[in-house]
Amino acid sequence: MTDVAADRPRRHLGSERSPRVPYGLFVPAAIGTAFLVLPLVGLLIRTPWRQLPRLLGGPDVRTALRLSLETATAATVIAIVLGVPIAWVLARLTFRGRAMLRALITLPLVLPPVAGGIALLLAYGRRGVVGGWLLKVFGISLPFTTAAVVVAETFVAMPFLIVSVEGALRGVDIRYDHAAATLGASRWFTFRHVTLPMLAPGIAAGAVLCWARALGEFGATITFAGSYPGTTETMPVRVYLSLQDDPDAAIALSLVLLLVSVAILAGLRERWLRA
Amino acid sequence: MSAPATDTRDSALDARLVVQRERWQLDIEVFVPAGGVLALLGPNGAGKTTALAALAGLEPAARGHVRVGPTLWDDHATGVRLATERRSLGVVFQDYLLFPTMTARENIAFGLLAKGWDKHEAGRVADSWLARVGLSDRAQRRPAHLSGGQAQRVALARALAGAPDLLLLDEPLAALDAGTRMSVRSDLRSHLSEFTGATVLVTHDPLDALILADQVAVIEDGRLVQTGTPHEITRKPRTRYVAQLVGLNLLAGHADGTHVSLQEGGELQVAESHHSDVFVVARPTSVTVHRATPHGSSRNVWSGVINNVERHGDLVRLAVTGPPDMVVDITPDAMADLQLAAGESVWLSVKATDLTVYLASADSEA
Repeated sequence: MTDVAADRPRRHLGSERSPRVPYGLFVPAAIGTAFLVLPLVGLLIRTPWRQLPRLLGGPDVRTALRLSLETATAATVIAIVLGVPIAWVLARLTFRGRAMLRALITLPLVLPPVAGGIALLLAYGRRGVVGGWLLKVFGISLPFTTAAVVVAETFVAMPFLIVSVEGALRGVDIRYDHAAATLGASRWFTFRHVTLPMLAPGIAAGAVLCWARALGEFGATITFAGSYPGTTETMPVRVYLSLQDDPDAAIALSLVLLLVSVAILAGLRERWLRA
Repeated sequence: MSAPATDTRDSALDARLVVQRERWQLDIEVFVPAGGVLALLGPNGAGKTTALAALAGLEPAARGHVRVGPTLWDDHATGVRLATERRSLGVVFQDYLLFPTMTARENIAFGLLAKGWDKHEAGRVADSWLARVGLSDRAQRRPAHLSGGQAQRVALARALAGAPDLLLLDEPLAALDAGTRMSVRSDLRSHLSEFTGATVLVTHDPLDALILADQVAVIEDGRLVQTGTPHEITRKPRTRYVAQLVGLNLLAGHADGTHVSLQEGGELQVAESHHSDVFVVARPTSVTVHRATPHGSSRNVWSGVINNVERHGDLVRLAVTGPPDMVVDITPDAMADLQLAAGESVWLSVKATDLTVYLASADSEA
């Protein structure tokens, strides 16, 4: 109680900071780092900087870029609206089959996107389980439209948001709900005014991850939506296609996607890189 | 008893709480008049917080009822069970649970907004509560930027802003350091005396119970073991736990005149005459320790072995095995003079006039 030095950092024998280095780790660590960094350096070295304005200034490039930004944003909004409630159910309710539900919902995280695209076609295609009905009743055909791009991106990216928000929800003490109830707040009022504000940072982080994943989506998109310039040709699809006839354009477009990724990483730095 | 300023409403609490757990059951009855403060005092795990949760409707009761004034909140017989948000409640949680995303002012206004109040009206009430608890200059602070004492006052204001019929306090001072606790305790006391509804306070600290409450109910293992005013509890404890809480030696025995044969063995001379089962209470400071057989005026002398020595405030507390067993407080000087240590044999003495004796059966008391 009378220990004046109580708030000084405690030191014990064995708690010294400097680690004992097994030097053999340095070699694979250096090779691994080079392996990860060199491709990015190569991209920067081979970028035709002089022609960059011409390569990126074309109207078709701007169309692809705008389409990518719009569809990724739309997919993220849908993922928030549908994904936050899913995250709440997974984090707050205990029921039979919860583990199974979580596995199914997060499956697109590990499913190869091309297979995801095939699955989307079988469900929402013209002859698909739901798609056939949509066509018959409403005359709506989803595949190979801009909406299909959004569907494909949402399918692949929403699990990132769900996982992130579910983790954040587990960090929100459920007793705040009880405190709100003792103050007369209904369940919906409590969710809206207590839970959601406390969840906001988790939703923001999840939304950024989701958006980044949606922006880079290629496999499911080209399978389910195709590559029609102006309607379904997003940036990654255009990068792939232009590699055939105009490699410089592919490099320039890749550089743009790299810059966007760096910007996202910088934005998430506070939350994810502060190890 | 701190009489309420205006007792215009009928919000007495009348409850029987039965909560069933796997290997444990809470079963207590409580009654608190409007304006009254009941302290549930007991060791950790006795069921105090469970009792509060049952009153608040956060914990399903197996049986029993909760009535506040004319309103039935819970009744097992008729199946009435009011949802927590529909009970006229205020709760101060042990760790306050202030909403971290809201300012102090928004926290206080929250309950009113939840009940559909107009934003300006709710803000006005929140401001007046901030002034009442002396935190007007902290209105825009988030809980993370409030000290422990300030957070406690915001939690109290938030609980009281909706003018509830029943106020529940769960260890309201436990999270505070000793220095802050003193001042917050006296503030809390004055706020409670102004509150016109019923208050139930849970604590494991007898000092909180004695200062804040006008009735104390001691819970052990889910049952009430003693109820009474703070005065009764401190003067005449009825279980060893209560005696320990208030720092007294409690011995059960049978009185034959002024001679008491103790249940655990040994006997004592007391000043007051009874012919019945009695409790005898000895203050740790009125027992004297000797190395050799004492030749003083004390009528009660016996030998024992010291089995524990620890500091107790400015004194040294010895646990001596008798019979009868006795906790004795002596000064560090006396400790050094007598050269005492655990495992040594000593003589104890206490004057008959320093022993309090009272009947063991509660109902035969005046």
